[in-house]
Amino acid sequence: MAEAIAHHRELMAERDAHAEHAHIEHDTNTGISNTKLAMWLFLGSECLLFGGLITTYLLYKNPLEGPTPEEIFDIPFTSTSSFVLLMSSLTMVLAVSAIERGDHHRLRVWLTATALLGGTFIAGQVYEFTVFYNEGLGFTTSRFSSAFYTLTGFHGVHVTVGIIMLVSLILLSLRGHLPEHRSETVEIVGLYWHFVDVVWILIFAVVYLIP
Amino acid sequence: MAITEPRPLALPSGEGEFTVEHPLGVFERPKPRGGWRSWLTTVDHKKVGIMYGAAALFFLLVAGSEALLIRMQLWSPRGTLLSADAYNQVFTMHGTTAVFLVVMPIGAAFMNYLVPLQVGARDVAFPRLNAFSFWVFLMGGIFLNSSWFLGGAADGGWFNYAPNNGVLYSPTHGIDFWNIGLILTGIASLVGSINLIVTILNMRAPGMSLMKMPIFTWMALVTQFLILFAIPVLTSAQFLLLFDRLFDANFFNVAKGADPLLWQHLFWIFGHPEVYLMILPAFGLVSEMLPVFSRKPIFGYPFIVFSGVAIGFMGWGVWAHHMFVSGIGPISVTTFSLTTMFIAVPTGVKILNWTATMWGGKLRFTSPMLFSIGLVTMFTIGGLSGVSHSIAPADTQQTDTYYIVAHFHYVLFGGAFFGFMGAMYFYWPKVFGYMLDEKWGKANFWLLLIGFNLTFAPMHVLGLHGMSRRIYTYDSGYGFDLWNKVATIGAFTIAASVLLFIINIFRSKAKARQLPPPGPDPWDARTIEWMVPSPVPAYNFDPIPTVTRVDDFWYRKYGETEDGRLVRVAATEDVVQKAEGDHDVHLPSPSYWPLVTAVGLPIIGYGLLYTWWLCLIGGLITVAGIYGWALEPPDDPDAAHGDDHGPDEPAADEAPASEAGTGEDAVDKEPETVG
Repeated sequence: MAEAIAHHRELMAERDAHAEHAHIEHDTNTGISNTKLAMWLFLGSECLLFGGLITTYLLYKNPLEGPTPEEIFDIPFTSTSSFVLLMSSLTMVLAVSAIERGDHHRLRVWLTATALLGGTFIAGQVYEFTVFYNEGLGFTTSRFSSAFYTLTGFHGVHVTVGIIMLVSLILLSLRGHLPEHRSETVEIVGLYWHFVDVVWILIFAVVYLIP
Repeated sequence: MAITEPRPLALPSGEGEFTVEHPLGVFERPKPRGGWRSWLTTVDHKKVGIMYGAAALFFLLVAGSEALLIRMQLWSPRGTLLSADAYNQVFTMHGTTAVFLVVMPIGAAFMNYLVPLQVGARDVAFPRLNAFSFWVFLMGGIFLNSSWFLGGAADGGWFNYAPNNGVLYSPTHGIDFWNIGLILTGIASLVGSINLIVTILNMRAPGMSLMKMPIFTWMALVTQFLILFAIPVLTSAQFLLLFDRLFDANFFNVAKGADPLLWQHLFWIFGHPEVYLMILPAFGLVSEMLPVFSRKPIFGYPFIVFSGVAIGFMGWGVWAHHMFVSGIGPISVTTFSLTTMFIAVPTGVKILNWTATMWGGKLRFTSPMLFSIGLVTMFTIGGLSGVSHSIAPADTQQTDTYYIVAHFHYVLFGGAFFGFMGAMYFYWPKVFGYMLDEKWGKANFWLLLIGFNLTFAPMHVLGLHGMSRRIYTYDSGYGFDLWNKVATIGAFTIAASVLLFIINIFRSKAKARQLPPPGPDPWDARTIEWMVPSPVPAYNFDPIPTVTRVDDFWYRKYGETEDGRLVRVAATEDVVQKAEGDHDVHLPSPSYWPLVTAVGLPIIGYGLLYTWWLCLIGGLITVAGIYGWALEPPDDPDAAHGDDHGPDEPAADEAPASEAGTGEDAVDKEPETVG
């Protein structure tokens, strides 16, 4: 009996002696950094936000009055701006790859390109909204118009926030505050950016392409 | 292109945090000292937890007063205390406050305080985001309740069904306050959920695999995933309603062909996971308390865990049982009837596990134990009436009657609230360093149990007799008089027991001066949070313990003989951690920015309702807060920093990550609040 107790104590002491060692070896339990995991979780949450908005749009896509989707949508124009947004994902990947290689010059080039492509997409959206408004589709015109502007508007706001993040990264990099060992920051902004792009593919298909 | 001109990069080594001594030149870095200012700038998960708890207790008094107003109005037929309009506002705000500002934040209080302790971490993953969550929650609560003084509160029930929630039927700003206030508390919950999930998944002590986590931590994990996915659905619905009310959109405008059922679906897709995320933290707490006071391990640890996870999944497939009378059609009704019956199974598994835990144990009937048993029994009653809702024809009779009111108070008051009260008694010595008086605690329990049953048991009868909920008065002659009087007496009994609890806090504190301190482990408990001194020091653990099994702390104290008898292997004093000595542990530094960022948000809210100028001011404050936050290093370079604790110091790898992430995350949240 006493022997068992002594053995138990020995085991406990041995275990705690190894504790600190064990802690250094694993940065995190999952191996994913805290920040990246947080971004993945946030994006998971965003899926449900867009899910609610897309569902609403599907319910209301046929208006009782005012212009219908078929009358106002300019598919070639929106396809072009969608292509621009998709290309920005490519430049984002190149930016992440650049900083991982320690190429800060190309990092800034590709980040700038990504921000500009995103800006082009937003400009296209503003133009499109203006045209639609002039064709008689106001925010309050019909159930379709409210749902359309809210869904695409929410997405536009997300792209805008992404651009702000990209510009912040460029400024940080220019001031020398974005060394290689913080490349994950770029990668995490990239995750957000790709998510916004993927959501647009879905929105583009649901709103513009599916009759 | 000047912009891409190569420049020499600073910081080639790992010592890479750039420092801004006076971020934006506004604030000096707050120093970790005592006093009220330390609470405003704290990023310590324990202080944040305590603030969550204090705020929730305050809102409990608000929601309780509203409940008493309701009961006084219904004391006799043709009551005249409240007008119909005032009654609508009172019961709406009672429900909203109780759900979003009492039960959810008490859960958040326990999760914030306990999860890092139970997993053996120094703090949560993102300490400043944690403080931000609390401040946004508080701002949202204040914003919501400020509607009482600004033209009237929301009046459509806590779910504010369309089209009643439109400007046509609710012309005051009440529902706008409800919308924006709950969007704010939603942001708080969402940020908090990301924070706690990352903490649980990433920051466990060495050796603590998922299946060795304490059950409360498991339930917290499930709860936070429910929050993560449920809250954005409510937020999207509330944005639709906000656009309808403020900018004349047509989401719920029937004249333009809108479908009011859309609101019900979105609300309950959020709303049903919501009820599980309110009850699961209490389930977790009870699963901690019952084994301690039965001196037995929890019966069927994996079953408790997986039934909790199963509730988390199945909770998404039952929402339409709130809508059986809305005309969703026989197929939907049948489907949701079946799923609702099925979800009773994992809950039943838990009840069985708790009962079997107590079976054959050496029971100690302390106040936490009494409250835990209260939860098991009262929740079972509520669960059974819940199953009766799954039978759609019966539910058709019960919908919108007091039977429903009785049901959800049995599960949320008899369930969640009893669990939280027990946990207050259980964890009070750990948090504040003194025990709550046991005699008063038991009186508190019995008074609450009696008052609770007096209030809500008669509502079953009233409901089956056909008394509608949300009606401000009734005529005599329907047989409602007697049971309403009983319920009102019960409500005041509950109020008396809450008063008893508050008196007990102060009385015990005064008495504790003559008593010896309770020590780290007053209850002979099982999980590692009881290893640290009471009250818990700022650094939590030193050193971080290594965990080998469930109830690790218990098995540091006790072993088993060959025939399975319990035998003490070490004195408690030898295995707990000591408060004395030099613990120079590097901790996250306090910060003003979470508070500043949060303060801007309700100002934007007022701006949306009154004048756009306020939006601009609030937006500027928030943006300034975010940038101040992003540019401020998470750790004050001047703060004390002992090298002797290098090995188990989490800051080394976390610091750069959390610095970058908090900045970006905060930027993400921003458009949701302005948009």
